[in-house]
Amino acid sequence: MRSTKRAAAAALLTVSALAVAGCAAGGGSGSGGDAASCEPAGEDVTLTFTSWIPGIEDAVAMWNEENPDIQVEVQTGPSGNAGTYQNFFNQLEAGNAPDLGQIEYDALPNFRVQDGLVDLGACEDVLAAEDQFLDWTWGQVTLGTEDEVYGIPQDQGPMALFYRSDLFEQNGIEVPTTWEEYREAAVQVREAGGYITNFSDSDINQFAGFVWQAGGQWFENDGDAWTVNLTGEESTTVADYWQDLIENDLVSTYPAWTDEWNNAYNSGEVWTWNSAVWGANSILSGAPDTSGNWSVALAPQWNAGDQKAGNWGGSSIAVFNGTDHLYEAAKFALWLNTSEEALTSLNETAQIYPATTAGLELPVLKEGVEFYGGQPIYDVFAEAATQVDPNFTWGPTMTQTYGDVSDGFKAAAQGNGTLLEALEEGQAATISTLEAQSIPVAE
Amino acid sequence: MTTTTTMTAVNPTASRRRKGGGQDAVGRGPREGVIPRTAAFLVMGVFTLYFLTPIWWLLIASTKDRGDLFSTNPLWFADFRFFENVGALVAYRDGVYLRWLLNSLLYAGVGAVVATLLASMCGYALAKYRFPGRETLFNVVLGGVLVPATALALPLFLLFSQVQLTNTFWAVFLPSIVSPFGVYLSRVFAEASVPDELLEASRLDGAGEVRTFFTVSIRLMFPALVTVFLFQFVSIWNNFFLPLIMLRSEELFPVTYGLYAWNSTINQFPELRTFVLVGSLLSIVPLIITFLLLQRYWRTGLGTGALK
Repeated sequence: MRSTKRAAAAALLTVSALAVAGCAAGGGSGSGGDAASCEPAGEDVTLTFTSWIPGIEDAVAMWNEENPDIQVEVQTGPSGNAGTYQNFFNQLEAGNAPDLGQIEYDALPNFRVQDGLVDLGACEDVLAAEDQFLDWTWGQVTLGTEDEVYGIPQDQGPMALFYRSDLFEQNGIEVPTTWEEYREAAVQVREAGGYITNFSDSDINQFAGFVWQAGGQWFENDGDAWTVNLTGEESTTVADYWQDLIENDLVSTYPAWTDEWNNAYNSGEVWTWNSAVWGANSILSGAPDTSGNWSVALAPQWNAGDQKAGNWGGSSIAVFNGTDHLYEAAKFALWLNTSEEALTSLNETAQIYPATTAGLELPVLKEGVEFYGGQPIYDVFAEAATQVDPNFTWGPTMTQTYGDVSDGFKAAAQGNGTLLEALEEGQAATISTLEAQSIPVAE
Repeated sequence: MTTTTTMTAVNPTASRRRKGGGQDAVGRGPREGVIPRTAAFLVMGVFTLYFLTPIWWLLIASTKDRGDLFSTNPLWFADFRFFENVGALVAYRDGVYLRWLLNSLLYAGVGAVVATLLASMCGYALAKYRFPGRETLFNVVLGGVLVPATALALPLFLLFSQVQLTNTFWAVFLPSIVSPFGVYLSRVFAEASVPDELLEASRLDGAGEVRTFFTVSIRLMFPALVTVFLFQFVSIWNNFFLPLIMLRSEELFPVTYGLYAWNSTINQFPELRTFVLVGSLLSIVPLIITFLLLQRYWRTGLGTGALK
């Protein structure tokens, strides 16, 4: 079992040359670490912590000031999928991984499956902290197990509806509260010369957020084997819904995060965006000319009267196998993600939206936001955060899955094939990826 | 300042040469038709435009603030805010960008000098000394030209991990001072430009081999050395994968990696966009300066090689 996992890890390491994997397997790896005990070291400790959040040094500096016996050294790099995750895997293989690292929720299962993470459930403080976090964020780090914890939740991305209140009002269109109304509004918006939203063919995470809201489950793990279900009933409903909007030219299909995309929002061509809490910052900087014209409402529902929200993004702080200081690492990770001073600092420097219930009540998150016409928009997101389904699980090969699905989505946005076909292809490709990495798949 | 002086120093030579070439063409070569000539200029023009447009865009983009970036013509100026942008970039996080720029200069500058020295010594030895296994050695080095640096980055990481040198200056510096292509070029050049007679004369005068190399041969090989330096400087400056794999501490980053790291988080932190744009523009300035300073030597080098 262990050797197959190592082989899988080695296979993952092949960035460019297959021959390399041979060398990699020979390198010294960290100890198993599953039964690590959570005891204080009893001496001064220096921890290494890798994160790509700009300005996280400020929060860490506060910690270092107050805890001379547990010093934390910040290391940095590009965002997870842009290289830092690969670096983590390389470091795990070489036996010099940092003590702590930033890992987004959708990547946690991958590290877990590759045996890269320490179970923090050994630390009493960690288990006791569960109540401080929103249920669903805690669910993201336990990976569906009991008393096993593979990271401390840091931030979250509950989804809501950003909309141009001025345009909706001028054209006498009601702000939709259900997806059915959303489609009706889309027709009216089209008649008024705009698009109700942009369907992003590259952000599968957004689509996953829609499926999450609809109650779909892409992955399940029974402790051993993985079930893959990208084409379940809810996913199909969501895919068909957006397929219909695309086919009837009711949504634009600019590639997300590009200049055209920013411009579409800035020029008022596109009227709404179903996005996560951090999207507030994206609109603000991408569409500065529309200042004061935006508002935020809870996401449209599948059934009138439902109270469900999806989630897009969010990350955790995990402890890597090979650390000698589990106790101290856990203590720091808890402080970073629960203490008011750290959360305030993270929110100031990087708009990190906390994963704790207390964090959602930070004074800075209660203020009105000028760009949104003075609306205290974070109240909406705080409400959405409590409506996220706690049972959504990510698979262990998400990068691969995103890539596979996104190819099909791009084609569908151009009118070749459908979103559902893309999901079907993603389903097949994901299962073969899992099998290729010797990860058991349940049929 | 230095740039302009070099430009003027170089230009006369260039124009003289061009004139000479033109006379040759009229005198001896086949007469050029008007249509092929126009076609050639058209093709060149199109490609020049193709290559210069992104740089022009970058130049324009770095003069705008975030709002104008999306709402105004991407290929023409709006509110000119270049100096404010540079100021903000330099001030951001205590000038971490300047630190990256200096790091790049250190990795690329010192790295290229050492690489050039090693490569020239090696190439010279392969050209001028006979010893068993010489050709085998040369072929092995030549094989090194075929291995892309990217493919070596991961094995290097595992190797450096063993000796605990990852995330240090040396992790990026040491692999940079190896230049198989430089060895190849030096050997070819040394064979062509350093006469055996001169070496014998030097030996007769009582100079040791090392002294001969440094006082006599290295001067004859100078144009080749400049070429090797330039190639190595550019490739270290642009090397990105090795630092990505090796470095974790921001204060060690070269500018390419630092900008990449920022760029990768633009979705989440859009305010970094301006910094990435201005930073990219500034990061090519040292490359341009190096090229301008060295192009005189470089051109002579290529020319000499071609005549032999």
